[in-house]
Amino acid sequence: MEALQSKARELLAAKTVQLIIGFGQGSGTSRRAVFIREASQAGRLVFDGECRQNLAVYLMKPEVKKLGKAALVTTPAALRTILQLAAENQISDHDVLVLAPSLAGDVVQLATFQAIEALVAALESDLSAAEKEELRKYESFDLAQRRQFWEEQFSRCLKCYACRAACPLCYCSRCTVECNQPQWIPVPAHDLGNLEWNVMRAMHLAGRCVNCGDCSRACPVGIPLHLLNQKLISEVFANFNSRSGTAAKTDNAMSIFKPNDAEDFIR
Amino acid sequence: MPDFNPKIVAFVCNWCTYAGADLTGTSRMKYSPQVSIIRFPCTGRIDFMLLLKAFANGADGIIVSGCHPNDCHYSSGNFHARRRWIIFRGLLDFLGIDVRRVQFSWVSAAEGAKWAQLVNDTAENIRQLGPFSGFHKLRGSGVE
Repeated sequence: MEALQSKARELLAAKTVQLIIGFGQGSGTSRRAVFIREASQAGRLVFDGECRQNLAVYLMKPEVKKLGKAALVTTPAALRTILQLAAENQISDHDVLVLAPSLAGDVVQLATFQAIEALVAALESDLSAAEKEELRKYESFDLAQRRQFWEEQFSRCLKCYACRAACPLCYCSRCTVECNQPQWIPVPAHDLGNLEWNVMRAMHLAGRCVNCGDCSRACPVGIPLHLLNQKLISEVFANFNSRSGTAAKTDNAMSIFKPNDAEDFIR
Repeated sequence: MPDFNPKIVAFVCNWCTYAGADLTGTSRMKYSPQVSIIRFPCTGRIDFMLLLKAFANGADGIIVSGCHPNDCHYSSGNFHARRRWIIFRGLLDFLGIDVRRVQFSWVSAAEGAKWAQLVNDTAENIRQLGPFSGFHKLRGSGVE
């Protein structure tokens, strides 16, 4: 933690960056995002096993962008988010400085996409064994059980769009949800609109989601949104052999095609 | 369910399947009247949300059809569409929505007979599956 704080102090004092986006003390044992702009405030930064949020979400927020160049304290998912944002031409090389702390207390500073790619390559990009197991459990339900399960889950959706706000890849300045000519997604929270919203959210993240899990953590009613994302991650990998957030310059799975894509379901 | 006449909505591309369906008519071939055809510029334009809207508005089955691979008027719209459908089918199935209610197909402008067969077969399949009341009831669940 000291290494991270002194690195942050150094970067702000030297004006290498204008802002450090990191974790600070939240209520109880929780951790929350802090935005450090003065070297004297660097002592507020913490890093431990409680730091789960994908802070890369703030890189796309206009109010954060205008604060100047940022250094971002990252978790593995945040590193992959940066690469995915780069692959979608949302950030350029050297736009953001990465501070990747380890739980042991040291911190690695990465200035280029190439360096981030090298670090990400050493990490597991597949779903974990536990995640695969959970996914398999729901896949093994029969059709009616799956329908019932998701109907029950979506019936609790409040349409608060916290999942969208928490998602670092939901960065459109004007979302289809706000579009009312025509009204694609009904405003009130009811079963039809809730289904449509959740299908749309999952589809728009297909081939892009880096599985940080912040949508599920943000959901105030505990809908397991990560399952939908993980389902599509496994579908995209199985069908197109593609993983999001592994390279800064790559074709996104849903933006390209192969002439030999599966069509056994097409008559 | 002998009395059930399914409502089928067909999303078709302008250049191949729409022309193919036209050929079916001009060739005086008879086929199931259960289908309502909606013409699109390209299969690449057929957003998955439109399919959900069709179901919500009372469709029991959907046909999505366009040009054969390499025949797309815009070169690659159908290839992009195919990728989207692969993923969309996976998601629908995971959500417990029967993917047999959405029939994908390639029908060229010369395949009037194939179109008639496709509609007839789909109508029969959907008749077997019955009304899609599980989805239609969602519409009544709140203020639209």
